Amino acid sequence: MVPLNWYLLLSAAVFSIGVFGFLTRRNIIIMFMSIELMLNAVNISLIAFSHYLQDLRGHLLVFFIITVAAAEASIGLAIIIALFRNKNTVHVDEMHEMKG
Amino acid sequence: MTMLPQLFFGYFAAAIIILSLLVITRKNPVHSVMWMLLLFFHIASMYLFLNAEFIAAIQVIVYAGAILVLFLFVVLLLNLKDELETDRFIGSWPVGMLVSIAIFASVAAAMQSFVLGQKGNFTVELVQRVTHTKALGKLLYTEYLFPFEIASLILLIAVIGAIVLAKKRMRSH
Repeated sequence: MVPLNWYLLLSAAVFSIGVFGFLTRRNIIIMFMSIELMLNAVNISLIAFSHYLQDLRGHLLVFFIITVAAAEASIGLAIIIALFRNKNTVHVDEMHEMKG
Repeated sequence: MTMLPQLFFGYFAAAIIILSLLVITRKNPVHSVMWMLLLFFHIASMYLFLNAEFIAAIQVIVYAGAILVLFLFVVLLLNLKDELETDRFIGSWPVGMLVSIAIFASVAAAMQSFVLGQKGNFTVELVQRVTHTKALGKLLYTEYLFPFEIASLILLIAVIGAIVLAKKRMRSH
């Protein structure tokens, strides 16, 4: 039997990799993929908890998270397309219109 | 033979971590999307390993089948020729690395004092007897009916929002 802590450590590792990608990449599409990575990390830990607690509610939570991720991906990619159409770049450090 | 689950977990954990590192470090976004496809299949196998076959199917269908195809469409739609010549990380990337290492360390430290709570009713045998999809559906359409309705509303908003955001401006004057 694999201990639960291994799953939680794996989930934490993937989440930190996602945080690193989100904070450091210049390409906004890769930043967006890092968000998906973080959502997947949380999903792994939820499924592992659910298995070790013998409860199905974690699975339902993952179900809803995947729904929200799909909605988020469609809206986010639409924003990226609108941004690229206006600014002709996908690099976040070249966009500074909202700086005070 | 008793080492088999650990070996299985070891392979998939290593593959998931390596693949997620590949996803965030590739210069070409198309390569990132392809590595992410492989990553999602590995995560789906991890779900199978944890007796969540319906979630594994959704992972492949929705994530690999829908979301990643959307990503691929957008990457191919935008002309990213200059992507291969520029830096992939911002100048202050050590700060991001510090933050992510701090997050991992704090989670790992909190895990030392973690105690598992009381176990629920859905044992592996019960779920196997009624099948996972049916058990999940029964819970979804009784206890979680209201969140389910809200999820449908979220998807409707996403459809309308994507159309409004991505359509070309009409020339009104």
